Amino acid sequence: MTALEELAKSAEVHPPRIAAARAAEKAYEAEVGDDGPLYAAPKRIYPQSVRGRFRTIKWIVLAITLGIYYLLPFVRWDRGADAPSQAVLIDFPARRFYFFFIELWPQEIYYLTGLLILAAIGLFLMNALAGRIWCGYLCPQTVWTDLFFAIERFTEGDRREHMKRDGQPWTLEKYARKGAKHFLWLMVAWWTGGAWVLYFADAPTLVKELATGEAPFAAYLWIGILTVSTYTLAGHMREQVCLYMCPWPRIQAALTDEYALNVTYRYDRGEPRCSVKKAEQLRSSGQPAGDCVDCLQCVHVCPTGVDIRGGANLGCIQCGLCIDACDRVMEKLARPTGLIAYDTDLNIQARREGRPMVFKLIRWRTSLYAAIIAIAGGIMIFTLATRDSEGISIIHDRNPMFVRMSDGALRNAYTVRIVNKQLKSREFILSVDGIPSTLIDYVGLPPRADGRQLITVGPDQTKEVRVMVTDYSPTPPAPSTTVLFSLIDIDSGAIAQMRDHFFGP
Amino acid sequence: MADEHKDIDAVTGTATTGHDWDGIRELNTPLPRWWLWTFYITIVWAIGYWVVYPAWPLLTGSTEGVTAWHARSAVVTDLAELKTQRGPMMDKLSSAALSEIAGSPQLLDFARAQGRVAFADNCAPCHGAGGGGTKGYPNLNDDDWLWGGKLDDIVQTLRFGIRSGHDKARQGNMPPFAGVIKPNEISAVADFARSLSGLPPEKGADLALGKKVFADNCAVCHGPEGKGNRELGSPNLTDKIWLYGSDKATIEQGILNGRGGVMPNWEGRLSEPVIKALAVYVYTFGGGEK
Ligand code: SF4
Ligand code: SF4
Repeated sequence: MTALEELAKSAEVHPPRIAAARAAEKAYEAEVGDDGPLYAAPKRIYPQSVRGRFRTIKWIVLAITLGIYYLLPFVRWDRGADAPSQAVLIDFPARRFYFFFIELWPQEIYYLTGLLILAAIGLFLMNALAGRIWCGYLCPQTVWTDLFFAIERFTEGDRREHMKRDGQPWTLEKYARKGAKHFLWLMVAWWTGGAWVLYFADAPTLVKELATGEAPFAAYLWIGILTVSTYTLAGHMREQVCLYMCPWPRIQAALTDEYALNVTYRYDRGEPRCSVKKAEQLRSSGQPAGDCVDCLQCVHVCPTGVDIRGGANLGCIQCGLCIDACDRVMEKLARPTGLIAYDTDLNIQARREGRPMVFKLIRWRTSLYAAIIAIAGGIMIFTLATRDSEGISIIHDRNPMFVRMSDGALRNAYTVRIVNKQLKSREFILSVDGIPSTLIDYVGLPPRADGRQLITVGPDQTKEVRVMVTDYSPTPPAPSTTVLFSLIDIDSGAIAQMRDHFFGP
Repeated sequence: MADEHKDIDAVTGTATTGHDWDGIRELNTPLPRWWLWTFYITIVWAIGYWVVYPAWPLLTGSTEGVTAWHARSAVVTDLAELKTQRGPMMDKLSSAALSEIAGSPQLLDFARAQGRVAFADNCAPCHGAGGGGTKGYPNLNDDDWLWGGKLDDIVQTLRFGIRSGHDKARQGNMPPFAGVIKPNEISAVADFARSLSGLPPEKGADLALGKKVFADNCAVCHGPEGKGNRELGSPNLTDKIWLYGSDKATIEQGILNGRGGVMPNWEGRLSEPVIKALAVYVYTFGGGEK
């Protein structure tokens, strides 16, 4: 007895899976013989158009996400004369990241860590609630592929027409249609690359430069790279990306649990499959008949070529399109919709055994994810709201550690870096506490007319000053004394402090 | 064996290799063909690389590639570029007076940056990485200058050196007094020199004799009060800074054998703007005189 037969005999195995496996076995034997192929050409997929709830959601998500992507660089945000007026800008030469009212310096890159944590846990949460929401609706691979499918249907016609023409010899029309498709694809891909580079420079200026051929080489290079990658990934690689290149399906398969809602074929209701006529016969003779009429509509609309009736499948990106397709069929047959739906295997078992269904969206797993998101998000918002707009960092001279002056006084020298994160120029005064009688000297910083020694730091800049602290106290200081440097903004009184040491013999 | 391959996994519908480990069977999923193509593309890429860059070793060298790229020539180009980029600032440094450099924040920053590198390359071996000095090599951070601590003094010392053999080098030395004055006089004058800067005299020190010996032999260079003479580079003996050390033995040694440290002349070895940058850099160690 082969393992397959064993499986078939054990009662609680999905019947559709067995059927699929048998079919595959036959096809395999016919095609390959004994040794099996090392490489296989992927099957061409011609997804059929479909209407319905999930298709509408996908169109809306597509419009919003692509709209944001293509238009965001043009949104303006006034930061005054000294800063760029682009709402979202990654300014590599100046090493700043601007996001509306937020401006980040390179040393605040830890916010990126926070974002990555939020993104990861966000994915986990989506997955625990309703499976691959990300894959089905939000992933760039899905969104652009969806757009490319739409273009393909526009130029080459829907599934049947397209398949038929592909099987026919080349004609002028076929050339024209295919040519139009690739042209439109390349245009979209090109725009995708174009929008990408706009995030790294002032968008209107760069557009002008690009149009007149004056843009930096890197801009053209990146447009080229993204044009190629978009055209390849969304036009040609499509589901292959999800099946072979993306790690997320494997991760999410390991993360899912029995309560997560997934796109599910309700085989409790659908099996045994039979035509409308046969179903009537069976039912009239008192035998069970399923609602699935085996019309394959769910398979034909699937962008990854999955037959969802075979059960949960790594290839299924859970876009919900098969739900829409099946619902349309059920409507025509005047049967209740939802033969394919967001559901769980647990509920299928429950219905079979006449138990009530359970939908448990709130469980320890989802609560934990939500809590982590709340905590990480809270910490980020808190630190962002309370972060200082001035900072000080100090390096003590290493050689010499201290200097003996000719009158016997001791002097230590420090390199002080002052950070001004505000978009205006500010004046600071520096003081040092910890040793009784001290004097601060600044290299290359003459005192003002009023005698005050102020350090001016330009808008959104840092300034390095060399500072010398001399101890005039008659008693020799300890080998090491802790001193506290205080940097005070003379206008606002804001203070930044840092500890260091004063060394002696 | 052939039959084993026909074994189909029920869950995936994929063939297995026929291997079975305690009921776990290995799927035999064929690789998608495009994957193979990416492999061929990498080969094509490698060939393109040979064409573009130096690649294959030959008996005396290597294939050049159409770009004839070399790490060394790339560095040379980069350095030349840097030179052009710094050119205007370097020119300013050459033409500006030292006081102008010290007075302009922009020039000062540039000079200090240049000076820092030049100091580490040329001066640090004797004076220490931060100019802290060591026995016999002056600390450049303090306010005690043998030959003067104004910008002009420093730049002159840098240019021509001290006892360097250059015509314009700073001259003057501490002669050996061995055989010139008697041992007990040497001891007495060493005690006296220490007392000048307020160091406690040793027990039984003959300060009166020391004072006399000092007036007869040392005051010529070090001045009647021991305040030194910058013309001759003779140190001020009344301050708290001792180039060779303040213990009596060291001082006696100096009197017996003399002293004459050498600082090389940098003119001709370093360019004019670099010498100026060094002077400004040393000046901003903190001891510079107005
Ligand atoms: S499998 Fe990967 S590439 Fe495909 S939709 Fe999901 S996340 Fe995107
Ligand atoms: S099986 Fe259904 S939900 Fe899954 S990818 Fe295909 S159409 Fe989308």
